[in-house]
Amino acid sequence: MLRVENLNVYYDAIHALKDVSFEVRQGEIVTLIGANGAGKTTTLHTVSGLIHPKSGKIVFMDKEIQHVEAHNILKMGLAQVPEGRRIFAQMNVQENLEMGAFTRRDRANMSRDMDWVFECFPRLKERRKQLAGTLSGGEQQMLAMGRAVMSAPKLIMLDEPSMGLSPILVTEIFKIIEKLKEQGVTVLLVEQNAKMALSIADRAYVLETGRIVLEGNARDLLNNDEVKKAYLGN
Amino acid sequence: MQLILQNLIGGLQMGSIYALIALGYTMVYGIVKLINFAHGDVMMVGSYVVYWVMTTSVITALSQTNPAVAIALAVLAGIVFCIVLGILMDKIAYKPLRNAPRISALITAIGISMTLQITIQLIFGSSQLKFPNIIPSIVLFKVGRKPVKLLEVLTTVISIALMIGLNFFVKKTRTGKAMRAVSEDQGAAQLMGIDHNKIVSITFAIGCGLAAVGAVFYAQKVVYIKPLLGSMPGLKAFVAAVLGGIGSIPGAVLGGFIIGIAETFMKYYASDYVDALVFGILILVLLFKPSGIMGHKVREKV
Repeated sequence: MLRVENLNVYYDAIHALKDVSFEVRQGEIVTLIGANGAGKTTTLHTVSGLIHPKSGKIVFMDKEIQHVEAHNILKMGLAQVPEGRRIFAQMNVQENLEMGAFTRRDRANMSRDMDWVFECFPRLKERRKQLAGTLSGGEQQMLAMGRAVMSAPKLIMLDEPSMGLSPILVTEIFKIIEKLKEQGVTVLLVEQNAKMALSIADRAYVLETGRIVLEGNARDLLNNDEVKKAYLGN
Repeated sequence: MQLILQNLIGGLQMGSIYALIALGYTMVYGIVKLINFAHGDVMMVGSYVVYWVMTTSVITALSQTNPAVAIALAVLAGIVFCIVLGILMDKIAYKPLRNAPRISALITAIGISMTLQITIQLIFGSSQLKFPNIIPSIVLFKVGRKPVKLLEVLTTVISIALMIGLNFFVKKTRTGKAMRAVSEDQGAAQLMGIDHNKIVSITFAIGCGLAAVGAVFYAQKVVYIKPLLGSMPGLKAFVAAVLGGIGSIPGAVLGGFIIGIAETFMKYYASDYVDALVFGILILVLLFKPSGIMGHKVREKV
């Protein structure tokens, strides 16, 4: 579904991604784990079209998208839940969700999707007229995810959804990610919380200073000694 | 009491004009974080376009038989011209500088401002021209001894109607909501599939269209137009936008009315100090409440 080949990204003189290649197949949860500054967010921003690579290919649903503008990528079915949530604080919950559906014209399906979001996140329904900036961190994460779901994506990319959340909320968020998979959405999950990510993922890639250093089944990586030492803290 | 009422009516008229222009400053700032210092000159160009259309033979002939249509066409031409000018200005001058330091865009704005002034001067000459009388000089009613004319009422009423319309547009429509999203977080808005450049164009279009309306009312009030016509009201509208809180639409309206009313009262009591008062307000705002009356506190990212 998504194939990234030999991606090279630079920030001026800094070589941020070095020959990064990975693949996400239909219906999978794939996780990209790595430490701070490894290039995880850069990878997602490049796939989303916010940054353009110097070389390499990004193929989504058999189309090369490495030169497509960010605002056209969502229409192809590729949504991103950005790091730090980045909800629109001065807009209310419902307006945020409407923004997620900005490119859509199929009103009937949109309201069905909004119902689904409210079903998954009942707390958002209670607060639908409340300004998004007044929500708690967990609620904002839910809103950011709901907003991405509203674009009816085929593939959803989540950037550090667990960041800054309590363990209970993290569990809740991860349950929703599995629910997304059940709905037929493919998931690319970027996480520092490697243990949680590996426990729900099918496959995983490990990113280190801009390079993929390890890949495999999530279960295998969970038991891999190097991964254990570097990312699982035991 | 009567005195207050009289000045208030004049103040509302000036305030409406400032508010219309201030909206352009504040909306453009909200979307691209740029003070478009050429905005006052867009207004000036608008008044010249209306002037020019009114003097063309077709419109002069038409105004003999059907003055209302002739005037409407001229005003419409002014609005459309300013809208196109605004969009082109962004595409040619500002868009290439989107990721450049802010000072580059600011210098460019000053450059555009001078370009517009000099272009108009080359075409129409530097001496002032009499703006055609497009709003009949009818006295509607009197407050004390002060006659209140159609122009004053029309300026205020049409401006307020436009502002209500704009408020509805930004609050309720899909495009308006997208504008708010872009002004909050450009990157996140792009991830929602919002075309940033399209929103910027729409913003310039609305801002410059409103400036053209302001231009007609302003030119009609001051009677004579000249290439530097836009600089003073442009600067004062900028003060209004800062006073209200730059980036805030209701703030620009409020700021516009405060400046307009304050100025009119000052004119009555000490007309020499009008400009000093307006720029004094700017200094005070910048010293004590730089975020303005309705602006959000900006936390600089480190």
